Amino acid sequence: MTSPARGKAYGVGGAPYARPSRTSALRRTRSAPFLFLVPATVLFLLFFALPIGYAIWLSFRKVRVSGLGLGAGARKEVWAGLENYTAALSDSELLDGALRVLGYGCIVVPVMLGLALVFALMLDSERVRLAPFTRLAIFLPYAIPGVIAALLWGFLYLPDVSPFYFVLDRFGLPQPDLLDGGPLFLALSNIAVWGGTGFNMIVIYTALRAVPAEVYEAAKLDGATPLQIALKIKIPMVAPSLVLTFFFSIIATLQVFNEPTTLKPLTNSVSTTWSPLMKVYQDAFGNGDIHSAAAQAALIALATLVLSFGFLRAANRRNKQDDSQGAAR
Amino acid sequence: MSSVTLNKAEPVAGTAPGTGRGPARPRRIALVPTLTLLLGALYCLLPVAWVVIASTKSGSELFSTFTFWPGTGFTENLSDLNAYRDGVYWKWMGNSALYAGLGALLSTCVSAVSGYALAVYRFRGRETLFNVLLTGVLMPPVILAVPQYLLLAQADLTDSYLSVLLPQILSPYGVYLARIYAAASVPSDVVEAGRMDGAGEWRIFTRVALPMMMPGLVTVFLFQFVAIWNNFLLPYIMLSDDEKFPITLGLHTLLEQGANTPALYTLVVTGAFLAVFPLVALFLVVQRFWSLDLLSGAVKS
Repeated sequence: MTSPARGKAYGVGGAPYARPSRTSALRRTRSAPFLFLVPATVLFLLFFALPIGYAIWLSFRKVRVSGLGLGAGARKEVWAGLENYTAALSDSELLDGALRVLGYGCIVVPVMLGLALVFALMLDSERVRLAPFTRLAIFLPYAIPGVIAALLWGFLYLPDVSPFYFVLDRFGLPQPDLLDGGPLFLALSNIAVWGGTGFNMIVIYTALRAVPAEVYEAAKLDGATPLQIALKIKIPMVAPSLVLTFFFSIIATLQVFNEPTTLKPLTNSVSTTWSPLMKVYQDAFGNGDIHSAAAQAALIALATLVLSFGFLRAANRRNKQDDSQGAAR
Repeated sequence: MSSVTLNKAEPVAGTAPGTGRGPARPRRIALVPTLTLLLGALYCLLPVAWVVIASTKSGSELFSTFTFWPGTGFTENLSDLNAYRDGVYWKWMGNSALYAGLGALLSTCVSAVSGYALAVYRFRGRETLFNVLLTGVLMPPVILAVPQYLLLAQADLTDSYLSVLLPQILSPYGVYLARIYAAASVPSDVVEAGRMDGAGEWRIFTRVALPMMMPGLVTVFLFQFVAIWNNFLLPYIMLSDDEKFPITLGLHTLLEQGANTPALYTLVVTGAFLAVFPLVALFLVVQRFWSLDLLSGAVKS
């Protein structure tokens, strides 16, 4: 199937001057990809490059107020250098938010991806029943916006509504406040795990389905149990998709905003600066200080890139080591 | 594509006729996986089941009766919701459908034409351009949204439908998927044959390549539809006029007001129930058209 394709392609490339109209056609062919890419490029420049550039510009500026700040010339924008950045790095609200989100991420990412992997492996195992139904049910939360998910769980955390409290009450057990202190972390993590597991499960599961059955044949003939096959063969086979889901989960977790913002009306424990992004929003629109908000946003973007690419590099290095070890054997 | 929707277990390999391992035993159910998956399904359906039941509870029942005990106030809740601020709730639903439907359509068009160009043509700077577009995926949304707001404010476009639509048209992830799908589904000899017939590049794209890319483009459309429907941050920053709110932002403000007027809580719950409906229905319908295999293909490359 590929050889006639090659033949034709070479034929065209080999005889470009067969007809006089060929050169203009060739020129059209050359310019076509650039014309096709015009909409994407324009949109990228307007809605990605320009805003990022503008944010970086703003982060190096500040407003100087002279006198009482009244009158036309009293507020002037001036160059600030790294002032906003040093202020952001020593801002305890931002650092507290970063620590909270790191803790939250340390719960969410392993639990969510662990569950996704376990579910995917079980969907892929033999003689499992009701797989289409359970797969769809676990995937369902993907279709529910994070705000609505947080709203549903938020109500389920309220003592007067929750079935957990109902059970605790029946047995006379102590009733912790799910929307405060340590449990609040678990409550928020649960929302993210609930919303994200299904999607990641599908990604891992499709990777599993792509593995040809013959790969397991030899192991089965050697008498390997399903658990051994899962641990020794299946998980290494889907390692690339695990790396990718990890990478995107880290990025998504560090940018948590919707869920805590939605729970805020239900509890006093979620401050307006609970996560770093909420702090950026608060500074930009609550306090009207776009310059420090821009500097903080740039720092968060930098931290996200360093963490996610650091993970990717570490994963790649391990893969290479494994490969070379495998080759040495 | 179909391998995801169909999940019939393959014939058990160990009992292939050639191996002759005794008589075929009746097939047992793998108990641990089945039960684990059922528990997972239960966990995922729990909040959905709750909101279905809770939407039938009247204001007093919501906080007094057992969680999963149906109430008596569904029709009343529904008419309250319809009456709330002259049916602004349905306006929000309509807005969400508009943002997500139109946005995803435009986004799919841009992704298709860019993905095709990146997959089919060889030209200088192709990979650089592709990588630059992809970095957009990694940008935290708030990093973009705040300066986007400030820039659109200078163009006097904030608090408009366009302010929510425009920034979401270019989806780096959509371009990425479209490129992979175009590379896999549009053979280069078909493009060449079109050129030999004297068709222009645009004509080859619309008449020949586009139909071939269609299954992948449905996936791109659905991803983008869900992404825009679920988006909260961008409208939260851009909009102040609640007539233009999408459903996520509308319900959020309703919940915020509920903190002062608990009577609104039943509206929030009923509203959440009705908002969950359309997307879940959409999923059940299009599940079979959704080529999730594209994802694992994307993962492999």
